[in-house]
Formats: sequence, structure tokens, C-alpha cells
Amino acid sequence: MVIAVFFFLPVLAGFALSFTDFDIYALADLGNLRFVGLANYVELLQTPLFWKALGNTLYFVGVGVPLSIAASLGAALLLNSRLARFRPFFRVALFAPVVTTLVAVAIVWRYLLHTKSGLINYGLESLGLAPIDWLGDPHWAMPAIILFAVWKNFGYNMIIFLAGLQSIPEELYEAARIDGASSWQQLRHVTLPSLAPVVLLVSVLTMAGYFQLFAEPYVMTQGGPLQSTVSVLYFMYEEGFKWWNLGFASAIAFVLFVLMFVVTMLQLYVARLRETS
Amino acid sequence: MRIILTLVVAWIVAGCQEPPGNPTVVQFWAMGREGEVVRELIPDFERAHPGIRAEVQQLPWSAAHQKLLTAFAGDALPDVAQLGNTWLPEFAALHALDPVEPSVVDASDYFPGIWQTNVVDQTAYGVPWYVDTRLLFYRSDLLAAAGHERPPTTWGEWTDMLRAIKRRGGPHRYGALLPLNEYEPLLALALQQEAPLLRDGDTRGNFRSEDFKRALRFYRDMFDNGFAPATNANQISNVWDEFARGSFTFYITGPWSIGEFKRRLPASLQASWMTAPLPGPAGPSYSVAGGSSLVVFSDSPRKKAAWQLVQYLSQREVQLRFHTLTGNLPPRRSAWNDERLRSDVHARAFRDQLERVKPASKVPEWERIATDMQLVVEHMVQGSGLTIDEAAAEIDRRADRILEKRRWLLARKEQP
Repeated sequence: MVIAVFFFLPVLAGFALSFTDFDIYALADLGNLRFVGLANYVELLQTPLFWKALGNTLYFVGVGVPLSIAASLGAALLLNSRLARFRPFFRVALFAPVVTTLVAVAIVWRYLLHTKSGLINYGLESLGLAPIDWLGDPHWAMPAIILFAVWKNFGYNMIIFLAGLQSIPEELYEAARIDGASSWQQLRHVTLPSLAPVVLLVSVLTMAGYFQLFAEPYVMTQGGPLQSTVSVLYFMYEEGFKWWNLGFASAIAFVLFVLMFVVTMLQLYVARLRETS
Repeated sequence: MRIILTLVVAWIVAGCQEPPGNPTVVQFWAMGREGEVVRELIPDFERAHPGIRAEVQQLPWSAAHQKLLTAFAGDALPDVAQLGNTWLPEFAALHALDPVEPSVVDASDYFPGIWQTNVVDQTAYGVPWYVDTRLLFYRSDLLAAAGHERPPTTWGEWTDMLRAIKRRGGPHRYGALLPLNEYEPLLALALQQEAPLLRDGDTRGNFRSEDFKRALRFYRDMFDNGFAPATNANQISNVWDEFARGSFTFYITGPWSIGEFKRRLPASLQASWMTAPLPGPAGPSYSVAGGSSLVVFSDSPRKKAAWQLVQYLSQREVQLRFHTLTGNLPPRRSAWNDERLRSDVHARAFRDQLERVKPASKVPEWERIATDMQLVVEHMVQGSGLTIDEAAAEIDRRADRILEKRRWLLARKEQP
């Protein structure tokens, strides 16, 4: 009952809204509301900015998710290895970005990425490379945001991986060592297969999170320069809350929902195929 | 048990009822620096009106528009608010504003262009609180070094000066700074033309008119000739440093820059910068009529007290105090006759310009149209290969789409 009221009802209301042209005129007087059928969806598919936002989001998911998983797995392996020292300290240090406020760290990152006075360009220059206008150049703004998002979020997955790693029984490694497996072989044949379910969980969660990219471009670039960092959710926010085209914004939300649903199903399907083969 | 409960409820309800004689509390929402500073003006108001208390809530500028609309949707608007004057038509379309009674203020004392921004369909819905227009800030020493003793009054003169400055300077010396993420400089040039920006009762874009294209061409030439850098304001870390370094001689900006320039430029440069009215195609011409207005919301149960607050904040003396506290420019001509403003050399050009300001189109969709105009032009300048004609047609196409609902509403009104 509670779920029905607080989950399904708003979703249904949003779905119904996506077939209307609810805007500020309708807010003033409901008589100005028109039922437009699928027109919002048709218009959405004809809006170049939507495709651009979709491209940006897929770019972000395509590059960001593998990067994030690789970074968190790497960090987890390092923290779990017997050679590691000061483990609690590093665990806290690597997890810290996840629990800090996004807006606060975004300000720090904007300084790091600054063209003239940023630390990152300073590093590039000392390597003999030309400085990059990270947030001002349409080609570099997305990579800069991916970098920032991966740094901000990888600690969360790291903790999940760490728990997964610690649940692998030590006997498996012992048996592998007796068989003469090198540490690379141990990683490939013991660690990764045992982690497979965790990897699936993490990739589904991360993918779902990365599809909803919003806060990073909102605080770092406001979608600019030249709308090169507009994501689908950012596009929805602007349509819905900046311009109050709530009907159109609801249509965007549903397209994004369907897309995420399909991609998650695909992931689960691939995972099941692997399991049976 | 039930009796005790009833008694407790009754007691609480009784406690909530205000005993007679309590002051009327007027809720007032104001933005940014204004919201901070206006608190200092409130004690005098409360002393003059013993029955009224004013409570100021400060909103950040970046979230204010959204917050006001959300409050409207949720029936949570305050009694009085500061409203950016380009937002006013939107709230008027929502029927959220109480019309201004002629007795509240003397409309004839206000700069006409500024007063007009508050009028929708012949009804005034707000009282201008402070004005904001854009004009030239320039480095008089650099201009003199390029061989010109006074600022430009026409586009032709301006182009000559920019060319002379470019001839002197190296690759990183520009004549002017026109940030690509601000639509106001281009809008000011467009308002200097005859043709309105929207046509057919403000239901279609008129950006394909020869007049708009003339303004657009002049704007684009600034970048094509290398007079202005094709950057947006976020990329320039510190405008004042760059201005002090001489990276650009002209900068189109608003009154808040007077204070900033006084504070941030080194003492050695304080005598070398000045303001001038915006040059037009053939002599001094129009600029944008911006600023904020004070409005009373139509759902307020305390309208009388609310208008008294607006009236108080519109008094000449209070406006001058507000000017001293914020640097915001007063919208009443009589306030400008005061010695404090007349002796301010940097404000003088504003007085001149304020007689020539024009409001932008007064439709709720205007802000969005202007934003799209700026996006198309940004693409054009940063080299997407759009010609002037294509860019103008694209802005028209976008404006027409945005105005679709407005066309439908007007068509429905005509055939009852």
C-alpha cells in the first residue's frame, strides 16, 4: 500500500503527464492543458539536443563505467593484498571522496582543472605537454567530467569489491599455489571467477548510476561549453524545472527509464549466458 | 482519555490564535546581495509603521526563479518579492501578481523604458526597485594611446578605434570583451534597431529581419576581425586582472562593475577607466532595460501592508541609501538629481543611457528565446560554419517552436 502510494502513483502520474503539454500556462489555469498524445515523444526524437545529450550520456557510461570498475577493483586488490600497509588509513582515504559533498569537491576540482593556474595543467606542462582548457574546450569537457566522476565514486564500489575479495576462501589460493600458479594466474583463475557475481552487481549498480549523470555537469559546467556536457538528465532538468515544460520533461524521463531498463536486462541476460556456458 | 485529548487539542488551537494587537508580518523574498542589504532598511520601515513587521528571506540568484515558480505551484509565495524584470511577464501570465494602484508611486518620475518593463497589456504589475543596463566600460589611457581622446558614439567610430587598438597590440590584446555566454551585449545591439524581435503579436520570431541581421553582422565582425576573443566568461579567470593588464580596452557590462572596478583595480589605474553610453548605428542609442522590480502577489492576505513596504522602499531617500549600500542604481529620476549621484563620474554615463533603454519582448517565453539566441550565436562564432542568414533562420525556427503554445492560446481566445 505504501509502495503503491509513494512509488507507483507518482510514476503513473508522470507517465500521464508525458502525454500532455503541461507548462506554466497550464499551471496558471488547467484549462490551458492539452492532451497531445505521443507528440512529446515525436518531438523529443526530432530534437538534436536530445540526441546530443544521449550521445554524451552513452559516452559517459561507455568510458566511465569500465574506468570506475577498473579503478575500484584495482584499489580493492591493492588494499586486500598482504603487502599493503596502513590498510585502515588507505581504506578511509580512498572512500573519503564518496562521502564528501559533491559541490564542495567540485570547487576544488574546478581549481585543479583551471587552464592557467590549475595543478593538472601545471603537471602537463612539466611533462612538456601543452596546457588543456579542460572545462572550456568542448572536446575536453566530457573527459574532465568523467575523470571527476570516477574519482568521486570509485570508493563505493571498492568497498563492495573488498567485501567480495575477503569472502574468497583462502584454501583456493593455497591449492593454486601448490599447483604452482603465479600470482597473475591466481588472479585470473581464482580471484576473478570468484568475484563474477560481485562484478555483475557492481556493473549493474554503476551503470544505473552513470546513466543518471546530472550533478557533475550541473556544478562543473552548467552543460556548457557549447552544450557539450548536457546529459539526458540535465536536459530533462532544464526542460522541466528551468523552463517548466513538465509534459516534455516527463517524456524524457520515460525514455531514459526504458533505456536503462533495456540495458540492465541485457546485462543480466549476458551474465546468465555466461553462467550456462 | 478522549476528553483529555480534546482538551489538549483545544488548548493548542487556542494557543495558535493570535491575540488582537499583534503586528501584521509581511514576508519579503529578496535575492543575493540585495536580500542581505535590505535588512538594514527594514528597522526604519517598522518604526514608521508600528503595526507591521517585515521578515526578509534571502534567496540565491541562481535558484530564485525556480524557487518562486515552485512556490507558486505549491501556494507558498510570500507577500512581497523582488523579481527580475524579465521574469515579470511570466508571473503576470500566471495571474500571480497584484496590479499596482496609481496611488502607490508616481510613475512619471521613473525612467520610461524601465517603467515599461513592468507593464503587461497596459497594466503595471511591479514597481522598479533598481535598474540595470549595459554600456561601455573602457580604458581611457589605452584608447588615448591608440590616438582617440573620447569614447565612440557610433558603430563606425567604434570600429575605427578597435582597429587602431588592434594595430598597436600583440596577439593577446583585444579591443573588446564580449563574453559568448551572455546574451545582453547582442540584445542591446539588436534593440538599437527599428524592427521588434518578435512579430505577429509576439507569436513568432522576427530574427530574419534585415534589422536584426545588421546587429548580428556587427557582432560577428567583432570576432571575425579579431577585435574580441571568442571566449565565454567562465574561461576568463579574472576579468579585472585582464582589464588591468590591458587585454581588452572595451567591456560591455552593467552598474555592478563600477563597484568592482573601484575595489579591484590597482590604485595606479583608477584614473584610467571610464564609462560611456553604448554607441549606436548612427549616434548614441538604446541598451537593454534590466533590473529588478518589487511585486505583491495576488494571493497575499496582507496586500495593504505589503504595498506599504513597496512604497517605503521606493522613497527617494531610501533608494539613495540602498544605492550607497549596494551600488545598485535607482530607477527614479529625482533620486539622480541628488548630489551623491551627480558627483559620481562613473555613474554619469548610466544616467544618460537610462533615458535610452528598451525592454525586451514581454512574453513569458522571452528568457528561453534569448537563451536559444545566445546558443545559436555561440555556435556561429565558434565556427560551426553557420552564415548570418542561417543563424537568423535557426533562431527564428527555435523561437517559433517555443511560442507554439502562445499562438494556440491567442487563437482560442479569438474564437469563443
